[in-house]
Amino acid sequence: MAKKSSSVYRIIKIMLVVALISATLLAVCHKVTEKPIKQAQDNLIAEGINQVITSEFNNNPFEEKINIRHDKELFTLYPARKDGYITSIVMKSHSNKGFGGRLDVIVGFLLDGTVSGFQVVKHQETPGLGSKVNEPTFKKGVIGKSPANENFKVRQDGGEIDAITGATITSRALIDAIQKAYRGYLKFNAGSENE
Amino acid sequence: MSNTSWQNLTRGILRENPIFVMMLGMCPTLGVTTSAMNGLGMGLATLFVLILSNTLISSVKNFIPETVRIPCYIVIIASCVTIIDMLMAAYTPVIYGALGLYIPLIVVNCIILGRAESFAAHNTVGQSILDAIGMGLGFTLSLTILGLVREMLGAYSAFGYSFASETAEPLLLFIMPPGAFLALAGLMLIFNKLKGQK
Repeated sequence: MAKKSSSVYRIIKIMLVVALISATLLAVCHKVTEKPIKQAQDNLIAEGINQVITSEFNNNPFEEKINIRHDKELFTLYPARKDGYITSIVMKSHSNKGFGGRLDVIVGFLLDGTVSGFQVVKHQETPGLGSKVNEPTFKKGVIGKSPANENFKVRQDGGEIDAITGATITSRALIDAIQKAYRGYLKFNAGSENE
Repeated sequence: MSNTSWQNLTRGILRENPIFVMMLGMCPTLGVTTSAMNGLGMGLATLFVLILSNTLISSVKNFIPETVRIPCYIVIIASCVTIIDMLMAAYTPVIYGALGLYIPLIVVNCIILGRAESFAAHNTVGQSILDAIGMGLGFTLSLTILGLVREMLGAYSAFGYSFASETAEPLLLFIMPPGAFLALAGLMLIFNKLKGQK
């Protein structure tokens, strides 16, 4: 075998075989897991939606999603209704200003514009620091406040929200995502009144 | 179990511990050990990949020409990791949410290639699996201890359970990157001191 292995053709053949087998396996695996992955992501969003709504509702907001465009960015809006009347608006928003890049956030708004809750569904923040964004201590400081208020900023920027200790950048990114969601929400509100 | 098998199994845990003795795979070690749970999760994921890659590589070793073994091993390892990545995203979304970022890092973890190259390529499948389990456990153990130390100092909690009052200000430095080096150096010192006494 030692002699034969020096042949270039044999080497090429073997590498091709290894690559082909790997590629086939990967393709099969991708096909099999494609749907469950989508499903798992949808579940995460649906769960997040249920967590951020504090008003009463009896529809399935996830099913009624509306895509809206604002500032060239795409947001998804999920209306929570009670007997057909909207009681809360849930927005899927994001920010690219996180410490590790993009943050995907689900934000709930009451009809007066105050934040009823938020849930970061996807992030790449430092575990143990930025990942604390979903913990109640930080959430408490944001929930119940309105992004319309000028103080809707972290304390370091002159606002009234306590940033996560050691993760000011993550906290800023979250505020950024909520503010974007709020602008999208205002646009939706304005649009529905014009109708 | 014969003497060699036992040796192959236990070697990775203490005598040739991948972190404290061989100093392999430093990138995930320093990067993910911000909490004990993260260390444990990363360790277990690596353990699993290591078993899979060692098994595969020791079973195909006779077909792979010496000259191109490294590219072939890398393709095999990367495929294994990608498959695990997809399976985890599909069937264990909660764990994936916490560790998803680190799974692709396993591809470039030198322990995997190191064991493939120095052990699996010259030994039988059975022995390679034992070696993988030993090395994987050694890695998991080291990462968990390192994570635990950093979490206890940097967040005043252990495995997510806080043991200090909310107002206490922990030594944040230890969950930040420089703390990783300090904690690792400290543990390495203790480990090798104890090891030298035997």
